[in-house]
Amino acid sequence: MPDQTVLSLRDITLSFGPKIIQKNISLDVRKGSIFAVMGGSGCGKSTLLKSMIGLLRPSAGEYHVGDENYWAGDEAHRTDLNHRFGVLFQSGALWSSMTVGENIALPLQMFTDLKPSVIRRLVELKLGFVGMLQAIDLYPSEISGGMCKRAGLARALALDPDILFFDEPSAGLDPITSARLDDLILNLRDGLGATIVIVSHELPSLFHIADDGIFLDARTKTPIAHGSPRDLRDNCTDPQVHAFMHRERDEEGKT
Amino acid sequence: MTDLTTTGPSAAQPADRTPQWHLQGEQTAPVMVLSGTWQARAGNIPVFPKDGLKKAPGAHLSFQTSDLQVWDTGLVAFLWDLKRVAHDAGISLDMQTLPGPMRQLLELLPEVPDEPVHHKTARTPFLETVGNHAIASMTEVGVVSELGALTAKGAVLTLLGRSRMRMVDLLANTADAGPYALLIVGIVNFLIGAILAFVGAVELQKFAAGIYVASLVGIAMVREMAAVMTAIIMAGRTGGAYAARISTMQGNEEIDALNVFGIPTSTYLILPAVLSLIITMPFLYLYGCLIGMLGGFVVAISMLDITAAGYFHQTVTAFGIGQFIFGFTKSLVFGAFIGLTSCRIGLKAGRSAADVGIAATRAVVVGIVGVIAIDAIFAVIADVLGI
Repeated sequence: MPDQTVLSLRDITLSFGPKIIQKNISLDVRKGSIFAVMGGSGCGKSTLLKSMIGLLRPSAGEYHVGDENYWAGDEAHRTDLNHRFGVLFQSGALWSSMTVGENIALPLQMFTDLKPSVIRRLVELKLGFVGMLQAIDLYPSEISGGMCKRAGLARALALDPDILFFDEPSAGLDPITSARLDDLILNLRDGLGATIVIVSHELPSLFHIADDGIFLDARTKTPIAHGSPRDLRDNCTDPQVHAFMHRERDEEGKT
Repeated sequence: MTDLTTTGPSAAQPADRTPQWHLQGEQTAPVMVLSGTWQARAGNIPVFPKDGLKKAPGAHLSFQTSDLQVWDTGLVAFLWDLKRVAHDAGISLDMQTLPGPMRQLLELLPEVPDEPVHHKTARTPFLETVGNHAIASMTEVGVVSELGALTAKGAVLTLLGRSRMRMVDLLANTADAGPYALLIVGIVNFLIGAILAFVGAVELQKFAAGIYVASLVGIAMVREMAAVMTAIIMAGRTGGAYAARISTMQGNEEIDALNVFGIPTSTYLILPAVLSLIITMPFLYLYGCLIGMLGGFVVAISMLDITAAGYFHQTVTAFGIGQFIFGFTKSLVFGAFIGLTSCRIGLKAGRSAADVGIAATRAVVVGIVGVIAIDAIFAVIADVLGI
């Protein structure tokens, strides 16, 4: 796989008004990699993700998607770039007034000229990937949280994006469903050749799937380590990263 | 040995750009040859025919993909068709002959898809629907009354110091239902008074009884209009807001959290809401009366040949204290009604975004229709009692 950078952040500072969330974030996401954004609660992981999908303009720094400077262009330019993104929100964020099938069909209806029958076929395909075909005509309120998440994943795949963003994909899922979701993410990455950015602190799942990452520190408000979760676990000397990676691993060893 | 060469529908079109497929080889070892560009967005992905494979149990279908240009999930959609048809025909697919990514995606897809679960759209007969609605409305009346009783009980307990309503909530609700509503209540009542004066002036002038415009506006505002119009505004403004807020709390499981702690929703949520409306409505009513009469005064003075003192005198002598008490009582009842129904509708709402919209709409509609219906009941009572 060519070592091509898909997303690159240079000295990004994120802030809400005068309150700085994180500063000096620099990272490169390689094509086809699964990039983990790690860190304790409240360190700004989700804020970083928000900024990467265009919901929050950083107060300083540069963000490149491929060769394009993301924040330099106008709104329309960003919308075009966003069509390369698929986002799975924390609780699925399905539109509650539509059935699961309609949720996935909406982007296709809005941004392609495909016929309804073709759209239906693609919707079935995307739901087939996540094993949710039976729920196509159900409303989000009629399905469980885990199913909402999988349907949200199917919706993220609607426009065949090449970059996927997952916000806490396994939060609130039982271990079996969560492991299955991990396998699904790996399969989709390999099958679609997509690049995946994942925000999570589910360590077992991160060790299993992620091959690169960044560790954000809440206290110094800056990244303190780069590298894959496995590598950070085994080699990182920073006491905080060490504690984060190992406490969980010890518990894993006990149970 | 039968040759099984079948060609996809698009094979006749120019090569490279279009998705193409054909089957070759004998029946026991067919080969699916794929070539061209397969992109879902192009909208030209063929459907693999249901009878595309003859029944040949035990046969093995392999793939040849060396001429494939560009492909995405569109090709996978086609392969999924093939997978299902092959399953029905008892033919196994040689997945190893597919490129890795394609194989991984195809393996995610089931051979026999689960049947979609459909909504039960059982038609209920007309009479049954009517009956259901009737029962539901009667139940609703009961529930709202019970809620009212609980709220009243909460109020009594609060007064006795044995239960708690947070004063902060009451003050916040009262500020929102009172001072912040003054402007819109003022504008509407001013215009209502002005309109009444207009209509009255045109007719009464014919009999040279222009001065009676003052009585007309005064009685109409005090007896009916100020109370009803203010209640309608508050139903739209505050009732809708209560319903939306409580149903959003429902969606966030905030109500569940209250219940688990054993904090009664009737004291914590409903009592401040209802109480704030009961406190503010009479004041808004008095304010509405005054502003309405002012509206009438402005129109009458500018249109008719009457003096300000004359208008004032006529207004003061037009109605007694009884009329005032009548309107005042109505505004109290309207306030309690709007507060209780909108809270009840919010509590009953579902948990999705759409449900919040439904709850807000319903609160406004029930509020307005209910206020007018109650007003009609009051009119009948007043007629019987001769007020």
